[in-house]
Amino acid sequence: MTAASPDALASVARRQSEIHAPSSPVVHFDAGAPLRLACQQNLAPFSIAYETYGTLNAAKSNAILICHALTADQYVASRHPITGKPGWWDNMVGPGKPIDTDRFYIICSNVLGGCMGSTGPASIDPRTGVPYGLNFPLITLGDMVEAQARLIDHLGIDQLFAVIGGSMGGMQVLEWTSRFKDRVFAAVPIATAAWHSSQNIAFHEVGRQAVMADPAWESGNYYASGKVPRNGLAVARMAAHITYLSEEALHRKFGRTLQDRSEKTFSFSADFQVESYLRHQGSTFVDRFDANSYLYITRALDYFDLRDNAGGVLANAFRGTKTRFCVVSFTSDWLYPTRESRRVVQALNAVAANVSFVEIESDKGHDAFLLDEPTFHATVRGFLNAAALKRGLDTTERPA
Amino acid sequence: MNAPDFTLPIADKKPPRVDHVLIAEMVEAGARVLDVGCGDGELLQLLAERRGVDGRGVELQRDKVNACVASGLSVIQGDADRDLDNYPDQAFDYAILSLTIQATRQPKTVLENLLRIGRRAIVSFPNFGHWRVRAGLLFGGRMPMTDNLPDLWYLTPNAHLCTIRDFADLCERVDATVERAVAFNRNDRRLPIKWSLSMQNLFGEKAVFLLQGDKRP
Repeated sequence: MTAASPDALASVARRQSEIHAPSSPVVHFDAGAPLRLACQQNLAPFSIAYETYGTLNAAKSNAILICHALTADQYVASRHPITGKPGWWDNMVGPGKPIDTDRFYIICSNVLGGCMGSTGPASIDPRTGVPYGLNFPLITLGDMVEAQARLIDHLGIDQLFAVIGGSMGGMQVLEWTSRFKDRVFAAVPIATAAWHSSQNIAFHEVGRQAVMADPAWESGNYYASGKVPRNGLAVARMAAHITYLSEEALHRKFGRTLQDRSEKTFSFSADFQVESYLRHQGSTFVDRFDANSYLYITRALDYFDLRDNAGGVLANAFRGTKTRFCVVSFTSDWLYPTRESRRVVQALNAVAANVSFVEIESDKGHDAFLLDEPTFHATVRGFLNAAALKRGLDTTERPA
Repeated sequence: MNAPDFTLPIADKKPPRVDHVLIAEMVEAGARVLDVGCGDGELLQLLAERRGVDGRGVELQRDKVNACVASGLSVIQGDADRDLDNYPDQAFDYAILSLTIQATRQPKTVLENLLRIGRRAIVSFPNFGHWRVRAGLLFGGRMPMTDNLPDLWYLTPNAHLCTIRDFADLCERVDATVERAVAFNRNDRRLPIKWSLSMQNLFGEKAVFLLQGDKRP
């Protein structure tokens, strides 16, 4: 796989265009309103690209912010401009769906550090006129949430009806409830954790080292050459992808089945279906994602520990919260297992918060939150219905 | 002003359980309530409807938790033995344990936790001192099976069955004041309050205790 093939060049061009001029709306915050980052640097100017669905009511009380996971983006329920695929949470968000766009105003923004129009390492550094590369400051999930809060301010919304997200999105939900206690009426952190475990960090380090070991990475300055560290980033994605599935799901899907052949070839080509599948995952990922963004966002995840601003005690992060929580985990998720969610629930109980906690039975691993899991969807729908009732949302606008 | 087009679904239309009705009488309107072992949320629904409580539940069985949350109740998947330690003192007006204490591993610790978490605790349990239970063991020579204790000994989740007298002893041991105690007979009728403890213990199939913890400084 060479970086110079016409297909690859076309994909680079498509990605470039989404970085600098996204297909979605984007809000620019100018040099007069810098974002103070956890690393003590100021970031300015910066941009946040976002999608919205549904209609904001007159009281601006029906807004739901959806926070995306590591490699997702703002296209939660609309066609992806690069891959052409439906939104990544199309089964959850839409008219009549659990997160109902007939009833709620849905906002989903590309995270700070991302590569779909929000400012990140692939964006142009105004001081130099070329992409930041590794000159982009190290960001945290807290920084991402502060940037989202700017967007919410910009949209004129004081209090979000709900903040919802899975995986890294769930961590942002927790950051939101901890940082902006009065701005979140209800929160749904899904398949997530209050800090990154040693094993989580370890897997990410494997991915980062794979990217950095690719000669095309050029210490992060690959933008000028037009090449991308395809192989490194693909390997990173392959390793990460395994952590999103369960052993059972992999076995059910692939077993030891051979790929388009009846015999082992006694070579290192992709004999097994699972190998072929992972290679495909790696290669399609590279077509839509920036390698440096991957480094920065995985780093932000590794730095995440909600106890940091809470004197080392998780419960302190939630002290005084009035938010209604619905924490969800999945039985076969070994990336952010149920015990991590339970820790969050225990901390919430310790401050007598209003919390529901549901562990969904599924053998599909961490990715279960993206898949069609009826019990999970019923849980989210029911929780939001009850919260909407408490919030006094008039829901009669919902068409029959 | 239009009414919302959805409401919290009521689990079913069958009449509420008598012990639940009694608990609904005991609980003050608008109180904060924790129902430990809340099952399908029947009691929480009743308390919300009749007393307008701010209710939370804890339930061990995953499918019941899912049903509760999907119907809009605030319920966590957890168990009485493990998850009560996390709650702060006096976080609730009432901590309720309904027909569950006999299935816990550490009933005394659970009761102490209830008295700590709630300003008051309400505990209901099947009475192992009921005459049918006694007769079953005396004449049948087998572990008793009744409407309240329907499972075979090797299938029952009950690990710590007790009589009304036993439970009253435990209350004394943990310095709990019994503010009210009501026993129900086989036909779900409340036994006369003037009956002695021995009579209640003989004819009560289940009992509900309203307790207050020792007011230590």
